[in-house]
Amino acid sequence: MTTDQSSTADLLETLVARFPGLETSAYRGQTRVVVGEPASFEVLSFLAAAGFDLLVDVTCVDYLEYRGATRRYGLVYLLASTATPRRLTVRVFVDDPEPAVRSVVGVWRSADWLEREVWDMFGIRFVGHPDLRRLMMPEQFTAHPLRKDYPLQGRGERHNFPVLTREDG
Amino acid sequence: MSIAPDHDTRVRPAAPREEDYLWTLNFGPQHPATHTTLRLVLKLEGERVVDAMPEMGYLHSGFEKIGEHLTFNQYVTVTDRMNYISPMANNVAWHHAVETLLGIDLTPRCKVIRTIVAELARISDHLLCNGAVGLDTGAFTFFLYGFYQREVIYDIFETLCGARFTNSYTRVGGVSHDFTPLVIEKIRTFLRTFPKTLDDMERLLTRNRIFVDRTKGVGVLTKEQAINGGASGPVARASGVTRDLRKDEPYLAYADYDFQICCAAAGDCYARYLVRMQEMRESLKILNQAIENIPAGEVNVGADQRVARPTKEQVYSTIEGTISHFELSMSNRSFEVPYEESYAAIEAPNGELGFYVVGDGDDTAYRARCRPPSVLHFSLFPQLIRGHTLSDVVAVLGSLNIIAAELDR
Repeated sequence: MTTDQSSTADLLETLVARFPGLETSAYRGQTRVVVGEPASFEVLSFLAAAGFDLLVDVTCVDYLEYRGATRRYGLVYLLASTATPRRLTVRVFVDDPEPAVRSVVGVWRSADWLEREVWDMFGIRFVGHPDLRRLMMPEQFTAHPLRKDYPLQGRGERHNFPVLTREDG
Repeated sequence: MSIAPDHDTRVRPAAPREEDYLWTLNFGPQHPATHTTLRLVLKLEGERVVDAMPEMGYLHSGFEKIGEHLTFNQYVTVTDRMNYISPMANNVAWHHAVETLLGIDLTPRCKVIRTIVAELARISDHLLCNGAVGLDTGAFTFFLYGFYQREVIYDIFETLCGARFTNSYTRVGGVSHDFTPLVIEKIRTFLRTFPKTLDDMERLLTRNRIFVDRTKGVGVLTKEQAINGGASGPVARASGVTRDLRKDEPYLAYADYDFQICCAAAGDCYARYLVRMQEMRESLKILNQAIENIPAGEVNVGADQRVARPTKEQVYSTIEGTISHFELSMSNRSFEVPYEESYAAIEAPNGELGFYVVGDGDDTAYRARCRPPSVLHFSLFPQLIRGHTLSDVVAVLGSLNIIAAELDR
């Protein structure tokens, strides 16, 4: 992925100077920044103001069975810019029992449904989200299916749906 | 000649009101004009839409969960079923992401072949999307013109890989079938005949009074809304966002071709229609350049890289081929996948289609996140429809090209 390397390097320097303790890494030309959960909102707002006007995706990885992983959930914020072709990945790690992170809906509207999907699939609360409902699963569903401890074929929810007959309806 | 009257009078400021006379209408999940399974709860004041609440999930089938249990090559069959209007583009996007993770550099021939099939997929997607907008606003003939050409593209894909609809064409490090002279001939015929149909289609609809009245000024998405809402592809470009991954982050062979990014400033349904029409012409330009310059040589990466299945001849006559075939055939030995993660996206017909793939040593992804453009476009829907009439719902929905299978995955 081609990105404007020099401006990204400058930005990273500013970022690390402003928020000490950030870890940065790169893989296949993609720059990643690992942010602690308390500072995630400030860092993301800072990046939005620094030209990353497009929030491409918010997603999550459950590292429950991952070799050498110490933290359970790794949120992924994929940022891009519409002015210059550059990208940045921001990672925020959160843990059980109450995984939560501050919502960025106020910064990018696109976070609205993306965060709802992460809540639905991983059960991570986005504090300050205006409408944190499940996006895909039914409302009465209790589990978070993309967690690694949720089995591929489900826990029988599908076979135990309440059957509504014509008389009940 | 002024084509359209002053449409601004049709748009009233949307004030969320809770009066009793507001009528709630369930639009979907089963409705012919949603085309797929999605639901809108509309609040109506007479015929005017005061608010809309989009609902999704009716077609959720856990594609991302399945992606954690199928190998990189098996999962391509699932990507076919995401945006089934242009499965080839999904195949290309998925393996582009996997190859980015594995660090595989494709052969020049494969890059060009994938570019060609991705552009054919773009044309067929835009034909259906614009056709459906026409269909929903009363232009049935236009839809049939478009669908006939889609059939021609289906025929090309059938000749290429045996499947018309769910192609599953790409493989890690290559493709399942190389181009044959017959395929190239069929594509050339298509490139010769299609521009005439495209002209006919433009003459049918672009200046059609009814169509222009139904779409111009309807569902206006401003540039700020488009960027802030994460819109991509033709939806964003119709609002003036000059972002196209084919130019911004040239992947495959796009850097070699001369083509333009199509943009519009208006951001309404009509602009989205025009952008898609023009993009088909730009795709034709790319195809014309690509089909005459397909590099010779192998289509899959070499047997020594141990990612693409070697040919029978290689298996029986070279040691690399034999080893590679054995390694790839045994379930306990396969690719060497790093403990790393990466995101890679392509400019799919619908917008930025990317996959965030996490590798954990074996040939099954630890996490296969699909970044679907439809989700973000569907979340923009309430902003676009507020203040318009009920009959505009189908025009706006059609012009966003929401595909529920990609929406819900």
